Parts: sequence; structure tokens; C-alpha cells
Amino acid sequence: MNQAQSHGSLKSYISGFILSVLCTVLAFVVMQEHLLTGSALISVVVFLAIVQAWIQLQFFLHVGFKSRWTIAIFISTMSIILILVIGSLWIMHHLNYNMTSEQMDTHILYEEGMDTHSY
Amino acid sequence: MYNEINPVLNPPSLVEKSGYENKTILGFWVYLMTDLISFAALFATYVVLRNNTFGGPSGKELFSLPFVLVETFILLTSSFTCGLFTLAAQRNNKAQAISWLTVTFLLGVSFLSMELSEFSHLIQEGNGPQRNAFLSAYFTLVGAHGLHILVGLLWAAVSLVMVWKRGITPHIMNKLTRFSIFWHFLDIVWVFIFTIVYLLK
Repeated sequence: MNQAQSHGSLKSYISGFILSVLCTVLAFVVMQEHLLTGSALISVVVFLAIVQAWIQLQFFLHVGFKSRWTIAIFISTMSIILILVIGSLWIMHHLNYNMTSEQMDTHILYEEGMDTHSY
Repeated sequence: MYNEINPVLNPPSLVEKSGYENKTILGFWVYLMTDLISFAALFATYVVLRNNTFGGPSGKELFSLPFVLVETFILLTSSFTCGLFTLAAQRNNKAQAISWLTVTFLLGVSFLSMELSEFSHLIQEGNGPQRNAFLSAYFTLVGAHGLHILVGLLWAAVSLVMVWKRGITPHIMNKLTRFSIFWHFLDIVWVFIFTIVYLLK
């Protein structure tokens, strides 16, 4: 590896580090100062985590995704992860909904507009 | 920068140039991706079980965000110094490589000891993994990451001795590249633990 390339890599590590710190601090501030609530908060914070993961993949790991094998393995892994995570959350949410605990009962009555207090 | 490409992770063509180096790094990439799937399963378990506190305290009452923020910055810095170590090793600068690897190792040790002190604190207050489903899932997810860090630290220690005794030969450089990929990977997993377990508690 020649001198010019090494120098460029140093720049890439430094920018990766600075961008990662920015993402972490931003997510922390959004959380701590209660800038958002509900699903907007979750989406923004998770989005920042994904951005930071992407930054580290590019600037620290230097995964260029130029080899077909690297891309193929990455995409199939991501598909499995999406099916696994979204599938689990979806199924378990419906399971909770159908196998009602007392707490869930109140939640469902409220959500379906069947709140007993209104009768 | 952005378009700078890790030559080992991106061989021009595996058919044309199926050397030993390329194969081992690609194989290691496959291992990392399968490891990512097991972490994804633990994350899904945690998110499903996070509200099953069985009358015990929730994450909001248990976790201290500033403490975890310090942990996060320590691990992020160690990932950065690991990059500096790779650069020094690529330039075949043995002294610099050894010092950056030592810094990375020490930062890793402080991260792990902070995590262990948090664990023992939780267990002492009766909030161990047997308390409820939420804490079982928490200890499994964060513990699995901690175990990876421990393996990474052992690997760093072995690499340190290897570089010190034998210098940086191409063969050893290949091993060192795999270590640095592993260490950066662990920081990426921690970003999600920080976000999902601690920020969205």
C-alpha cells in the first residue's frame, strides 16, 4: 500500500468517527430533550442507528459492495433478518391481541371503541 | 473516502483470482453475516419480551443513560483506534501498530468492565435474569455482545504477542485484517443495542 492510499484511509477513519459521534449525540439529544414522541421518536432514533451502521460499514469496514459475492451474501442476510424481526413482532403482537390478558382487554376495548364506561 | 474499497473484501473477481487471502476474508464475511442473524433473533426476542416485567421495574427505572453513553463512546473510540492500528500495520510500522492495538485493547477492557459492573449492580439489587422475561432477554442480548467483546479481547491479546514476536508478515496481516473487521462489526451491533435497549427503554 502506498503513502497516498494510507493518507486517504486515515481521512476516511476520521470522518467515519466524527459522523458516528454526531449520530449518537443527535439520537441522545432527541431522546433526552423529548423532542419527539410516539412512533415518530422510534422511527427517527432507529433511522439514525441504521445511518450510523451504514457509515461504519463504509468508513471503517470499507465494504465497497463491488464484489458480487459480498453483495449477494449481504442482501440474503438482510432478507432473513427482516423476515425474522418483522415476522416475530407481527406474530407476537397478534398473539397478545388474541390471548387477552386483563391489561390487553382494556386496550382492545379502547381501540375498538367498545369502552364499557361509555354505556 | 466513500468510494475507497477494501481490496480484500472486494476481490476483482473470485473466479479470476481465488487466492487464499480473498477466500479467508470472504469466508469471514459470511461468518459475520450469520452472527448478525443470531443477534437479530436476540433483538426480536428482546423487543417481544420487553414489556413482560412481571410487576418488576422496567428499563426506564433500571438503566442510566449517561453511563451507557460513556460506554458507547469508549467502544466507538476503540473501533476508531482499531482503524488506526490497521493503517499502521499496512504501513508495516510495527511500533505504531503495537501501540494502537494496545490502546484498542485497553478501551475494550474498560468497556467490558463497565458492562460487568452494570450487570453485577442489577443482580445485587435482585434484578437478575431470573426475575422476569424482560430481564432474561436483556441479559441474553447484552451478554451475548459482551461475550463477543471478550473473544475479541483475547484475539487482540494473541495478535499483540504475534506482531511483537514475529512482525507483520503478509500472512499475519491477513489475520490482523480479520480481527479489525470483527472489532468494527461489534461496534455496529452495539449501535443497535444502544438504540433499542437503552435509548428506547
